[in-house]
Amino acid sequence: MKPSPFEYHRPESLEEALGMLARDPDESKVLAGGQSLVPMMNFRLASPTRLIDINRVPDLEGMSVSGDRLRVAARTRHIDVQRNELPGPLGELLREAAGHVGHLPIRTRGTFGGSIAHCDAASEWCQVAALLDAEMTVVSASRGERTIQAADFFQSIFTTSLELDEILVAVTLPVLGETWVTGIAEFARRAGDFGIVTATTALNIVEGVVAEARISLGGVHEIPFRSEAAETVLAGQAFTPELVVAAAEAAADEVDPPSDVHGDADYRRDLVRALLPRAVRSGMGAT
Amino acid sequence: MIGDRARRIEDPVLLRGAGRFAADTVRSGELHMRVVRSPVAHGRIVKVDVSQALLLDGVVTAWTFDDIAELPAIGFRLTPRPELIPYRQPVLARREVRYVGEPVAVVFATSAYLAEDGAELVDVEIEPGQAHLQADTEPIPWIDAEQATWASNTGDQVAAQDSEATTFVEEYGDIDAAFAKADRLVKKGTHRVFTTEARIGRHTAVPMECRGLVASYDESDQLLVVDGAAKVPFWNREAIAAMVGLPPHRVVVRETHVGGGFGPRGELYPEDVLVTVAAMRLRRPIKWIEDRQEHLVATNHSRGQHHRIQALVRVEDGFIEAMDAEFFLDQGAYVRTHGATVASLTASMLPGPYVIPHFRARARVRLTHKTPAGTYRSPGRYEGTFARERLVDTIARELGLDPATVRRTNFIPADKMPFERPIQAMGTHLVHDSGDYALLLDKVSERFDFPGIRAEVEGRRAQGELVGFGFGYFVEKSGIGPFEGARVAVDGAGQVTISCGASSVGQGVDTVLAQVVADGLQISHEPIRVVRGRTDLFEYGRGAFATRLAVMAGSAAAIATEALAEKARRVAAHEFKVSFEEVELVEGGVEVRENRAQRLTLGEIAQLLEPMNAAAMKEEPGFSADGWFRTDHMTYPYGLHAAVVSIDRETGHLAIERFIVGYDVGRALNPTLVEGQITGGVAQGIGGAVYEEFLYSEDGTPLCTTFMDYLIPTVREMPDVEILLTEDAPSPLNPLGVKGAGEGGTTAVAAAIGSAVDDALRIPGAITSVPIRPLLLRRLVDQVSIP
Ligand SMILES: Cc1cc2nc3c(=O)[nH]c(=O)nc-3n(C[C@H](O)[C@H](O)[C@H](O)COP(=O)(O)OP(=O)(O)OC[C@H]3O[C@@H](n4cnc5c(N)ncnc54)[C@H](O)[C@@H]3O)c2cc1C
Repeated sequence: MKPSPFEYHRPESLEEALGMLARDPDESKVLAGGQSLVPMMNFRLASPTRLIDINRVPDLEGMSVSGDRLRVAARTRHIDVQRNELPGPLGELLREAAGHVGHLPIRTRGTFGGSIAHCDAASEWCQVAALLDAEMTVVSASRGERTIQAADFFQSIFTTSLELDEILVAVTLPVLGETWVTGIAEFARRAGDFGIVTATTALNIVEGVVAEARISLGGVHEIPFRSEAAETVLAGQAFTPELVVAAAEAAADEVDPPSDVHGDADYRRDLVRALLPRAVRSGMGAT
Repeated sequence: MIGDRARRIEDPVLLRGAGRFAADTVRSGELHMRVVRSPVAHGRIVKVDVSQALLLDGVVTAWTFDDIAELPAIGFRLTPRPELIPYRQPVLARREVRYVGEPVAVVFATSAYLAEDGAELVDVEIEPGQAHLQADTEPIPWIDAEQATWASNTGDQVAAQDSEATTFVEEYGDIDAAFAKADRLVKKGTHRVFTTEARIGRHTAVPMECRGLVASYDESDQLLVVDGAAKVPFWNREAIAAMVGLPPHRVVVRETHVGGGFGPRGELYPEDVLVTVAAMRLRRPIKWIEDRQEHLVATNHSRGQHHRIQALVRVEDGFIEAMDAEFFLDQGAYVRTHGATVASLTASMLPGPYVIPHFRARARVRLTHKTPAGTYRSPGRYEGTFARERLVDTIARELGLDPATVRRTNFIPADKMPFERPIQAMGTHLVHDSGDYALLLDKVSERFDFPGIRAEVEGRRAQGELVGFGFGYFVEKSGIGPFEGARVAVDGAGQVTISCGASSVGQGVDTVLAQVVADGLQISHEPIRVVRGRTDLFEYGRGAFATRLAVMAGSAAAIATEALAEKARRVAAHEFKVSFEEVELVEGGVEVRENRAQRLTLGEIAQLLEPMNAAAMKEEPGFSADGWFRTDHMTYPYGLHAAVVSIDRETGHLAIERFIVGYDVGRALNPTLVEGQITGGVAQGIGGAVYEEFLYSEDGTPLCTTFMDYLIPTVREMPDVEILLTEDAPSPLNPLGVKGAGEGGTTAVAAAIGSAVDDALRIPGAITSVPIRPLLLRRLVDQVSIP
């Protein structure tokens, strides 16, 4: 469990980092918190020959609200997301979701942007990004900045539409109004493990009616899965617990989950049935 | 002092980070070893080509089987049944590979990184064969005559062997006669025959510190020095000496700190042979540190067993007249140092605390294309206790009897102790030395208010929760002999050193030995120095396994201390010109009873024993004494595990809400350490009961090779372990009355949790296998008829 040989670069600015990346994009990897990349290198599942450590690059950390969007800079640590003081349903969702990301030592190192770029289907941040149609701001030396919608960003397992010479600099999320109810429920065998199935939900409930429904599921597909079936069941209907159960049923029917040592496809469907309503309930202040 | 919750004398060093674990030994000029392992479960080796690796800068050499062809297969340390010899493992794969992870080549380089780079360049070509993964299906041809002859290494031709390495029977009473009557008794309605199955998943110990070894040949001392050994340094010295071709006195094996043993760690593995042989051949220090991924495929696995039990039971009270058991042990690809130990212990300990007049257990040790298996904390008892206690629960539920009552009916009565079972355990006669099984059950149920727990469970059920309570009873064994020794010495400054052949895998043996000696000398235990685990500083030691050291080394230390105290009194009597009877040992000194001002400290006595003066007193020079303790029998501690569990209907999640252990240890030398052993043992038991299992794909590829897929419980999954220690049945077999504490935390965990889950589901016999996964519970919940 020792990595193959690699060069280590530690640029002091974004321009320098992008320049280094552009020199040999195929052989290079950005190093952020290292909580996914370093284990993969130690297992020799990844053998980049150049590491570009972005931990010294200025202005890549922190969260700020501008207008109706929250901007999370890519290198913001999980722990800082967990400690955010943003009022309202978005702040609450982020705090709660962060609590499910690994263990404390991992949260103090791992980064929000690193999770998004890594694209593990079970990752809480990928779920949240898919749920709220996040926008990813990415830059390259030659083509400058561009913005990618979550729906286009996550491509397949561990694969995004980020080009090899691009760096993710920030993710923006809509600041949800007070009528939104957000929630997350996760099932893992042990505290801190990746969820076998995760449900994240955001419902805009206006005068008892679900004006808009967003449901994202982790662990059932190779990327975060937005359940159109569940969203359709919910949208426009009077909010009741029964409606949520019906939505969970619809989601369970819609998904085509994988089987592995932690559970087979049918079990994952059962978990969807269990967790989707729990996510909704958690947002309503009950579990 | 004995019996105090004394603080561990090991901890100041460990807590300051000053410990020396295997990887902390650094020698100048050392080479790092990396093992190239088979990526396939079974196949014929077409080619292993190291030439590319040799071209890499920093790689010094690389070996395949041909380079070490003269080394024999690795021998047995325990239970060496002769029929197992052909199944022994070669140091590097020979002609065929038989499991994923089997060493096929080895690379030596100037850094661990370069060694791993080099290992990647070794070209291994294997023609894959069919992987055989089931131990409970019919045996298949396993090794041909050529391999069997080679592995046996006796010069005689050995025939081809099938995948059943051995099958044997442990029995007493007359099982055939008992079952011959069964039909008639069943018709009469007085008896019933129960048939149960139990499966225990393949899992193993994952000590925090993986294996590791550092060996170097010291030209000036003419010594091969091996650091990082654990568990059985003395046995390993003999084995290493034989492998490298040195006389044993030219090999020094030293235990450094050990980050957990639990059975697998410290046995002699292919890697240990390679490290020491390389140190001799290359004349450079060789270091090998196992990584976690290797650990999970290379270090002994354990536990994988399938039991079938048939029992003839009296309907009236659940008394078990006869038990006929058969079990299949998934041995993996080779038979390693433990020989048939696990199978043998499973068979002989299967009756547990019960009388069972007629008993037979047939063991079947079967080879599969998986990592070889050996012992793991409570070997054979964890498995057998699960199988037996599931049977007893089934009997109770089917006959409508209280599970505690059925156990009482079957217990060996206290007045029948010592109770001899005419079978062998680890080569000794199985004699339960002492015990009052019913008393412990009473005490535990009173202390933890079992009726109250039952009532609370009922109340929550009425609210619709799936909650259950269950327990399992067990007998452990500890203190296997035959010998252990200790030397207690005091220097002129009055400081005490204990030297012995014990080993420490982190369990606190130094503290306990210091307490025993401190107790005898009436001094503080903290400044005492304990020297152990070093073949150059003591003559003999059988090792840290089978929960033996408190009994064996503890007793030896007590005997040595007594001899030392006698010597002290002789010297003082001589000095003060009084009789031996007129002096006594008081708080680290000897005083004249009638005139307490006449006192010699231990340091002063040591000074008086300098050679000239000693000769005048007709004493041997030096203030030290040896003690040897010998026993032919083991001691048998016993206990009870109980659990309260709840099940989440929707996810199948199993919450272990309470875990209770009652344990009679004969005499607790240090209750805190006993409780620590029990708590850690419970964690490992919970691992096997709920989380841990090595799974394989159909082609024999292991699916659990990291901590992402091999789940060990963490502090977050652990309930508080509630412990009642009792000392109602001191062992009559040793001067301290002590029995072992190392394994009783693990033994009945699967049994207790299985029982509690059955109860929660109210489906008798629902749990027949462990680990109990949420997937299974989710399915079983659908069968629950009660709302
Ligand atoms: C024991 C353990 C448990 C864990 N449990 C969870 C869990 O429950 N949930 C969860 O979501 N995660 C979990 N993780 C993963 C953790 O959250 C990682 O921190 C995260 O996946 C990656 O973030 P990082 O900053 O560490 O990225 P790194 O490991 O440094 O990089 C990951 C990948 O992203 C790329 N990358 C990183 N930053 C950028 C960027 N700004 N621009 C372009 N590419 C970039 C890297 O090149 C690399 O390919 C766990 C990790 C461990 C070790």
